[in-house]
Amino acid sequence: MKHGRVSVVLSVAVVAGSLSLPASANPFETTLDNGLKVVVKEDRRAPSVVNMVWYRVGAIDEIDGSTGVAHVLEHMMFKGTDSLPAGEFNKRVAGMGGKDNAFTSRDYTAYFQQVPAARIGDVIALEADRMRHLNFSDDDFAKEIEVVKEERRLRTDDKPHSLVYEQLMATAFVAHPYRRPVIGWMTDLDRMKADDARDWYATWYAPNNATVVVVGDVDHEEIFAKVREAFGDFKAEALPDRREIVEPAQAGPRRSVVRAPAELPYVAMAWRAPTLRDIDKDRDVYALQVLAAVLDGHEGARIPKHVVRGSQVAVSAGAGYDGTGRGESVFIVDGTPSQGKTVADVEAALVAEIARVRDEGISDAELSRVKAQVIAGQVYKRDSLMGQAMEIGAMDAIGMSWQDDERMIEMLRSVTAEEVKAVAGRYFSDDSLSVAVLEPQPVENKPRTRLAGARH
Amino acid sequence: MQKLSTFLIALTFVLLSGMARAGLDIQLWTTPEGARVYFVQTDALPILDVQVDFAAGSAFDPAGKASLASFTRGLLDSGAGELDEDAIANRLADVGAQMGGGVDDDRASVSLRTLSSKAERDGAVNLLVTLLQQPTFPAAVLEREKKRAVADLQQALTQPGTIASRRFTEAIYGTHPYGRLATAASIDEVSREDVVGFYKTHYTVERSSISMVGDLSRSEAEALAARISAGLPRGGADDGIPPVPMSAAADIRVPHPSAQAHIMIGMPGIKREDPDYYPLLIGNYVLGGGGFVSRLMEEVREKRGYAYSAYSYFAPQQEAGPFQIGLQTKGSQVDDALAVVAQTLKDFIADGPTEEELAAARDYTINGFGLRLDSNRKVLGYVAVIGFYQLPLDWLDQYPQRVAELTVAQVRDAFQRRVKPEHLVRVVVGGDGDTTQATAAAQ
Repeated sequence: MKHGRVSVVLSVAVVAGSLSLPASANPFETTLDNGLKVVVKEDRRAPSVVNMVWYRVGAIDEIDGSTGVAHVLEHMMFKGTDSLPAGEFNKRVAGMGGKDNAFTSRDYTAYFQQVPAARIGDVIALEADRMRHLNFSDDDFAKEIEVVKEERRLRTDDKPHSLVYEQLMATAFVAHPYRRPVIGWMTDLDRMKADDARDWYATWYAPNNATVVVVGDVDHEEIFAKVREAFGDFKAEALPDRREIVEPAQAGPRRSVVRAPAELPYVAMAWRAPTLRDIDKDRDVYALQVLAAVLDGHEGARIPKHVVRGSQVAVSAGAGYDGTGRGESVFIVDGTPSQGKTVADVEAALVAEIARVRDEGISDAELSRVKAQVIAGQVYKRDSLMGQAMEIGAMDAIGMSWQDDERMIEMLRSVTAEEVKAVAGRYFSDDSLSVAVLEPQPVENKPRTRLAGARH
Repeated sequence: MQKLSTFLIALTFVLLSGMARAGLDIQLWTTPEGARVYFVQTDALPILDVQVDFAAGSAFDPAGKASLASFTRGLLDSGAGELDEDAIANRLADVGAQMGGGVDDDRASVSLRTLSSKAERDGAVNLLVTLLQQPTFPAAVLEREKKRAVADLQQALTQPGTIASRRFTEAIYGTHPYGRLATAASIDEVSREDVVGFYKTHYTVERSSISMVGDLSRSEAEALAARISAGLPRGGADDGIPPVPMSAAADIRVPHPSAQAHIMIGMPGIKREDPDYYPLLIGNYVLGGGGFVSRLMEEVREKRGYAYSAYSYFAPQQEAGPFQIGLQTKGSQVDDALAVVAQTLKDFIADGPTEEELAAARDYTINGFGLRLDSNRKVLGYVAVIGFYQLPLDWLDQYPQRVAELTVAQVRDAFQRRVKPEHLVRVVVGGDGDTTQATAAAQ
């Protein structure tokens, strides 16, 4: 391998976590001179370790005409380096007894391996190699782009609810990049070139745009040393300016219709909602998270209780809001009408649930129930190495830190019933509402014209 | 995701077939009523996981009432003792507990995850005990859930993956209980009396196994298991699952306006206790169980770009569970993809794996066994399987040893005897909505 193993680059270990966390220094964090951040969480329960590399680049950074390129490059990252043939990465990891994979989101692209703890150095070296020495053929690209199109057919084109979600985002956002699907429009995939993926790699895959996260049966100092050895010689790169793209104010409700083979209609509604930027001040975000949990956090929550089991307007229904991310947020509710009920009935029932919180507030029991689940969830998540690594990496990739997690939980626990009532009144005007509806088409129809499709 | 959920499913089967970690200390005892209890003590986290399994899976559905097992399990938390479904849901949430489980062909499972601190644990465990021992099966809830089930089914029946899966199951199992599929009519037939009766005859001590993993002392574990066991129904039905007759080759094509065709090829495969268990499962890792490093993935996806997902698996069950090869590809290249799969399977059966491939499968299996047991949740999964199927307690320890001893000749011999063209069913659903040409990469 070309990347340097010769000298161990000196770098200042900034163990930032120990300053702010009372309990323990775990996780441990450092940053190499070239800007590569490293976070290690020691979890010694089993001789197992998860290695992840997170790149702070995702579909949000794409431009029109080459949507999906972040995800396509993710596929190509398994197609060989200067010294490693295509497919060899997977073989090496499997030979260790491990598993490996990768995923692309709107905000980031991440790669992971879970291997026996003794093999951590090997997978760190493999990741380092492909951070700087990726080398795939045009022929492999030509095959892999077809794989990605099959993935799009599988996950989106033939999945009516996925099509609705895709249309909902394309409707809710006009200027903001979240209007584009992560997997890309089929028409863009049809026109994508190998060099599009290579350019993407050259632009974004640099140590100063990445974070290594290691969780498992390891010593953090040893991991810092191994990461320095594998990545330390890489040079930091100038990254493109990332301008914040702000969605202009919406001036009225928007609707979109998707026709696809299905039996039951389906509706999804999205309101523009705030995104967490200041963890101490953006209290509305926490209140909206509690609202989502009061509506749909468990089987006894309001939407399953009232809309599905009580009035039986819907056979299924739900609510969702995240509120964290590099881009903008929406608060979503969705549902499938019962026999004899319509999409309009479901919309009305879901809106009524939010209005009821706005008018009558929530009970103390509901509030404490949400908090009990949050507290228990903090314990349960420690059962999974992968889950812990995911949380550290995702927080980092969206511009926050794993150190913020504890503070965010505290903030969530400080939400009052009055705040939940207030946000239910503040963010659900139909001025900022977008709705996407599935109109079922009979399966027996003649072959339809393609939904999202390519024309060769 | 670069990879696929189907692969994860396939992987699960490989893993359930057993990666082992020497020294997983499973304690076994029986309650006074005779329920088998499997316990792994660990205080690494303040969590307790409990799972109770019953021989009450969908294979025990009476003919004409497919989905009875599913409703019985589904309605356990819709009313119990003095509690209605909202009270049950709220009590669970109040203590931050999570309830899971479900129904497969063989098993009905009820699982509980709770904090191990006393107040939370007591609240959660009391609820679990009430649900298992005093379900009320309210008639109104059953009627509502039947309507929802019919709606779900009708929706699912318009999706090509569901259609393919149902046609495949019907074709390989015929009238065997593993082939019984819920229909609007069979759902309609299920009455509250059926559900109550099924509970009394199938959620019994004799048909149960109790698994626990987590932060609990042995005496606490014994007391908890005793409480669960003491109030369960006794005795019950004396019904087993009959052996699976071998399927006859069939070629089924179903039109659907989807862009992709869903392809499934297979036949009845292996039992939990099967003389060819190891050669078939490890051989399958090479054929299509090993994700990116499998032959099917190499031939279908890596070399030709035909599909996102291509896999094969054996799902070991009480009686022969399915052997299935699957992929999805755009309609215009179905025939090309089928030809590649047929050739890949034919070659594998004729020659078996290479020495190198078998060594790679051994490496994966043996080197990785510690990873499969690195969380309480994963440990619980294995312990529950060992308990339900009454596998030897050292089953996880035996596994790598058996794998290490396998030879190419054994794998080839097992595939030649067990995977025969005259039994293979082929199902192709959809792809009629594809208007593209076969791609350049396919050349």
